Amino acid sequence: MNKISHPILSMAVSRVGLGLLSLLIVSLVIFFSVSLLPGSYASAILGQNATPEAVAAMEEKLGLNQPAIWRYFAWLGAAATGDLGTSFAGRPVMTVLGPRLLNTITLASITALIAVPLAIVLGIVCARFRGRFIDKFLSTSTLASISLPEFLVAYIVMMVFAVKLQWFPSMAGIRSSMDLGEQLYRMVLPILTLLLVILAHMVRNTRAAILSVMSSPYVEMARLQGESEGRVVMRQALPNAIGPIASVVALNLAYLISGVVVIEVVFVYPGVGQAMIDAVRNRDVPVIQACALIFAAAYIGFNLIADVISIISNPRLLHPR
Amino acid sequence: MRYLGYPILEQTKRKSGFTPTRRALLGGAALFASAIFLPTSIRAADGPKRGGRLRYGMNDGSQQDTLEPGSWATVMCGAAFNGALFNNLVELLPDGTLVGDLAESWKADEGATRWTFMLRKGVKFHDGRPFTPEDARQSLLHHMGENSTSGALSIVRQISDIVTDGDDKLIVTLSQGNADFPYLLSDYHLSVFPAKEGGGIDWESGIGTGAFRLENFEPGIAVRLLRNPDYHKPGLPHFDEVEFISIPDRSARLNALLTGEVDVIEDVDIRNVSMIERDPDLVVHRTPSLRHLTFDMNCQTAPFDNPAVRKALKLAIDREDIITKVFLGEAEIGNDNPVARIMPFWTETPPEHRYDPEAARALLAEAGIEGLVVDLSVADSAFPGAIEAAVLFREHAAKAGITVNVIQEADDGYWDNVWLVKPFNATDWYGRVTLDWMFSTSYTSDAPWNNSGFRNARFDELYALARVEADKAQRAAQYAEMQQILHDDGGVITIAFMSWRIAMTRAIGHGETGGIMPADNHRCAERWWRNDI
Repeated sequence: MNKISHPILSMAVSRVGLGLLSLLIVSLVIFFSVSLLPGSYASAILGQNATPEAVAAMEEKLGLNQPAIWRYFAWLGAAATGDLGTSFAGRPVMTVLGPRLLNTITLASITALIAVPLAIVLGIVCARFRGRFIDKFLSTSTLASISLPEFLVAYIVMMVFAVKLQWFPSMAGIRSSMDLGEQLYRMVLPILTLLLVILAHMVRNTRAAILSVMSSPYVEMARLQGESEGRVVMRQALPNAIGPIASVVALNLAYLISGVVVIEVVFVYPGVGQAMIDAVRNRDVPVIQACALIFAAAYIGFNLIADVISIISNPRLLHPR
Repeated sequence: MRYLGYPILEQTKRKSGFTPTRRALLGGAALFASAIFLPTSIRAADGPKRGGRLRYGMNDGSQQDTLEPGSWATVMCGAAFNGALFNNLVELLPDGTLVGDLAESWKADEGATRWTFMLRKGVKFHDGRPFTPEDARQSLLHHMGENSTSGALSIVRQISDIVTDGDDKLIVTLSQGNADFPYLLSDYHLSVFPAKEGGGIDWESGIGTGAFRLENFEPGIAVRLLRNPDYHKPGLPHFDEVEFISIPDRSARLNALLTGEVDVIEDVDIRNVSMIERDPDLVVHRTPSLRHLTFDMNCQTAPFDNPAVRKALKLAIDREDIITKVFLGEAEIGNDNPVARIMPFWTETPPEHRYDPEAARALLAEAGIEGLVVDLSVADSAFPGAIEAAVLFREHAAKAGITVNVIQEADDGYWDNVWLVKPFNATDWYGRVTLDWMFSTSYTSDAPWNNSGFRNARFDELYALARVEADKAQRAAQYAEMQQILHDDGGVITIAFMSWRIAMTRAIGHGETGGIMPADNHRCAERWWRNDI
């Protein structure tokens, strides 16, 4: 038998398979935990107009009187063909989530473009000047910003830059009617907050990854050969620390997609997180399912990319015997 | 009545370091006097100005919001769509009177079963189409039909037939008489849309007859509206542009107001009131509403089936204490009449049920009941502060020898698993625009939401009589008796009535505001104006 021998390909195939399985399990868990929640879409949306007849009529219209199992498989069948269904309010799920997903991705990309290079550079600086003032300063301040809950960071940022200095608007409620410049201007504070939150994590992990390599024998050897400390870090330590750095970066990028709910709420940023909160409050199952799939897919996807990078960066994994 | 010129005058004085002279004082006094005696002339001189923009931060905008009127459920839809893009046949003024909007007048025949509406002529939709009786007819039919899921179903269900007559009449026939029918047509779902060829309404385009035209609608984010230059109400609207912005988070909403991102915010947290009031540029504005918070006893379940127990519990609660401590004074005391003062036909129901533990104890002793123990089911989702109110009630009742066990239920699903189920529970009532409607949803024997299990033959009889009574005085007497029955014998302990509490910059002007629905009966966009242009 000619097995798939290419390590990246075989890993990618098995990871994608496992990823799809995880997505399936996630969708199953979400679907049935939502149906365990008390209350229904009909009673949530009808509010004080929810007479029993009105609720019954609405449940029939939405097909909610069908058994849950049947509804799940109907949804799954459609989702497998790329059709995420229709929100209970009557609009296709992709129309509901599309613009919001775009907003989330925009915010995440801009943050990542700034955060990832900055974090790696700062991490390298910390490792290079270990124990010096710059290292101590960055380590302490990153520790502090990790320890603060993200909503507090958001409120502090808002108080300083929106309320006191009034440099930026407190609301990042961007709308398609605004031009690009205004949209970017309004995104400054959420980006700053996200930077403070994820930068710390990535800087500390980069520093730790490089330092753990720095204690290996070949680094000692390089030093004995008379290489400068900077060269040792850049040439010997960094390439060998790429694996762990890639995984922490991947984790933080996934967080940027799925974990920014709190920051979206504080800054009124119309992203997927807010959409999911809204959908859970109204028991709009198709939208909840789609959000869960997006979040799970983001985690699985980024982790897959991180694994690929660590294999490429490690010749022993790239050329197994 | 509010006099809008006045606080602004004070502000200018303070800012310019003005010291009051005798002349200025006299001038001020003269202005004050004229404000008392001639409020309309003051408003004309000083009040509504044309132009500018209103940005309103809403608490409940949702991505579920659509332009389809049957599914409107949020204040966002009410204020941005019903109140700005559309008109109903009738309009509820802030003082509670009903006037014509797209209908100029109406009359009832045949025991209030046949209603003829004379429609306004010369009204145009935003795209220039003239408004016709068929538009009004289709707009009602839209909510009817076998499988309707409309929020206005309970209103339109009374309709058996709708026909148009000529080019200016709509005749609605009801299956049974209802003297309040025109009031019910003020319901925000019953906006008038343009009819489509061959039946149905065109709701997708957002074209209406309202004071504003739809510029942009992003569900759950914002609705942007521009002035309709051909609006049928003379002199309205005042704003050139209105934007309703969804800001679900309370703190974010407050921040948006403080940083000038919006001019008005909906639903101010009571804990933020004093902070807003400290800012000289901001005001907290309260409008008495129909909303009331209650503890409901099921009159069919022991021990609440005993009238003495109900009466004793009504006397064993210190409402003032609860209002001071839980609602920080932001509520009006209730007197076990669930009808709000602002409703037509409201009446005093003496005696006032004040906290009187001794009287409660005596009532129970007289009825031969000792050591009364009741379980009160509450959750914070019943109404904000329900748990704290129940705990205070426990302390109050203890002084009357009554044990109230406060049972804290799960927040989620309270309305499905506790309300209408547990015999003694906390309720947040949003009220109904007419007494008839309110009683038929919650207090007649067969009402679907009879949370207090109230069954009273005389009450039901009066309800049926008042429903078709054409004589206003007669009706008032019938409704007064019904309110007295609820006060004396009902199972609802009315703790407090709430106000709609919004905050705004002083740059926004408005007259008296209506409280049947939030945001000035949803019509803030066309009624309010800017002072600073």
